[in-house]
Amino acid sequence: MQNAIQELGWFLLAPTLTILFFFGVLPFFYVVYVSFHSWNPFAVDPNMVFNGADNFRKIVFDPAFLNSVSVTVLFVLFAVISELIVGYLLAQAFMRDFPGKAIFRTIHTLPLIMAPIIVGSVWKLMTTPSIGIIPHYLDEWFGITMNIGTSAPAAFATIVIMDIWHWTPLVTLTLIAALVSLPPDPFEQAQIDGANKRQIFWHITLPMIAPAVVATVFIRLMDALRTVDEVWMLTGGGPGSATRFVGVHIFKEVFPKTNYGYGSTISVIVLYLTIVVCWLLYVTMLAPRSKKD
Amino acid sequence: MKKQNPIIGIVFWTLVSFLTLFPIYWLFVISVKPAVQLFSTPELILSDPYWGNYAKVWGDRLLRSYMLNSVIISTGNAVLCTVLGFFACYALSRFNMSGKESIFFWTITNRMAPLAVFLLPLFLLMTQVYSVGEWRLLDTRIGMILVYCTFNLPFAIWTLRPTVDGIPKELDEAAYVDGASSWKVITEVVFPLCRPGLAVTLILTWVFAWNEYLLAATLTNFNARTLTTGLSEYVTTTGTEWGVMATISVFTLIPALIVFGLVQKHIVAGLTFGAVKG
Repeated sequence: MQNAIQELGWFLLAPTLTILFFFGVLPFFYVVYVSFHSWNPFAVDPNMVFNGADNFRKIVFDPAFLNSVSVTVLFVLFAVISELIVGYLLAQAFMRDFPGKAIFRTIHTLPLIMAPIIVGSVWKLMTTPSIGIIPHYLDEWFGITMNIGTSAPAAFATIVIMDIWHWTPLVTLTLIAALVSLPPDPFEQAQIDGANKRQIFWHITLPMIAPAVVATVFIRLMDALRTVDEVWMLTGGGPGSATRFVGVHIFKEVFPKTNYGYGSTISVIVLYLTIVVCWLLYVTMLAPRSKKD
Repeated sequence: MKKQNPIIGIVFWTLVSFLTLFPIYWLFVISVKPAVQLFSTPELILSDPYWGNYAKVWGDRLLRSYMLNSVIISTGNAVLCTVLGFFACYALSRFNMSGKESIFFWTITNRMAPLAVFLLPLFLLMTQVYSVGEWRLLDTRIGMILVYCTFNLPFAIWTLRPTVDGIPKELDEAAYVDGASSWKVITEVVFPLCRPGLAVTLILTWVFAWNEYLLAATLTNFNARTLTTGLSEYVTTTGTEWGVMATISVFTLIPALIVFGLVQKHIVAGLTFGAVKG
């Protein structure tokens, strides 16, 4: 009887495990395997040839790849930190009492369901020179010329702002959930003891909402590292390579050049870096807490 | 609590809502403008809408076939992921299998990995390995339905687990005592009770599949291209047709907006793997 039930369990899990094996696990091992080969089907020698760690040696000195990594890191830092600050301020503003909260909250959730590529399209329509409303009014009111097609800082800043627009609601809503669930007693006690606002924030609010903050940062970080669609739509990685994030780099570099061996190496390194970043975050932010508990 | 003036809250959040909504509003405005008006001074208030772009997009046979592909792929994928996710959750919840928690956790790592990393291996495997004779998985609807499982199936398992865990085991046992088969218990006792959770999972996986671009752009050429790839195609080939681009965006956005009201409360929990209830 027990065995029969176990079998039923595996039978129910089998389709899931099979699909994830063929479309998640096998591609992973395959890309690691190919990364140790030189392989370009359209080169003089179209065969897959084992070349040891040559690809990995090459990638360390590949300026295009290193540039894409540093651009990605900069983007993630700017975007996630801004979203955290803006999201916290919005969440605090939401804690006041005023009517119509449910409606405002619904409106604020809206960007989260939008396709990244549509977000890119929306911002392209607003920022492209000569048709975009933002460059138009920047020029008319302040005399500032903004051209995301030629100015690297403008393109980079636009992408950061676009990401803030798209994903700050997630931070706001998670922090609202955390703030709502806080007990009022410590705050009343602190006010009686004469603590000022800054002391209350650093010593009471922040430690109490820390788990929610860590979870939010973790999720935002992983998603920001994956960002491709909206950037591809908005700037295509340009001008030059100013907004060529690692995902865009893979998309733009590997497929047109059909350099599959080296492309696999880039993929493996990106995956490795993502895992390292997430692991570092886990160790520095989560581990000390669980030790304390 | 201090007494607070509610006006400040309303004014502040009206401003925030304006900033949130304006880009979406602007998309609609561009989509109902003829091309010649785009380059003149922007008009903030819509007057005299022009529906030519909509007629053009709707009349485009290629885009209509992309739309159909999008509908088939996202619906097929959402149904597949919800049903398989439900079976997996039932197994994880009811049976005492060794290593089930590791399996549960392992599935979610599939959702976390950057999709861009899997582009190349999936492209190569689907071109060369996953094929029968002349037939390849690349550029087929069934191929895209299966590929989207890499992120949607873990998501379905992750969101359905609490629902299935929440159905008391005593109900299963009572049904077994009455002589029902395992299949009957799963499909006729537990499945109907999970309906609300299943509906949310179905809708959210549907939206995620509908919104996906990167994999669709790489793993399809013609037969299985989706609306999102159609959008980017239109931009690169005829980059100046801004009105058409806005209109395709609106078409892509509408289904998400329609279901938005139904799942609004679950979006945050969904996007944070249930870490926050939202």
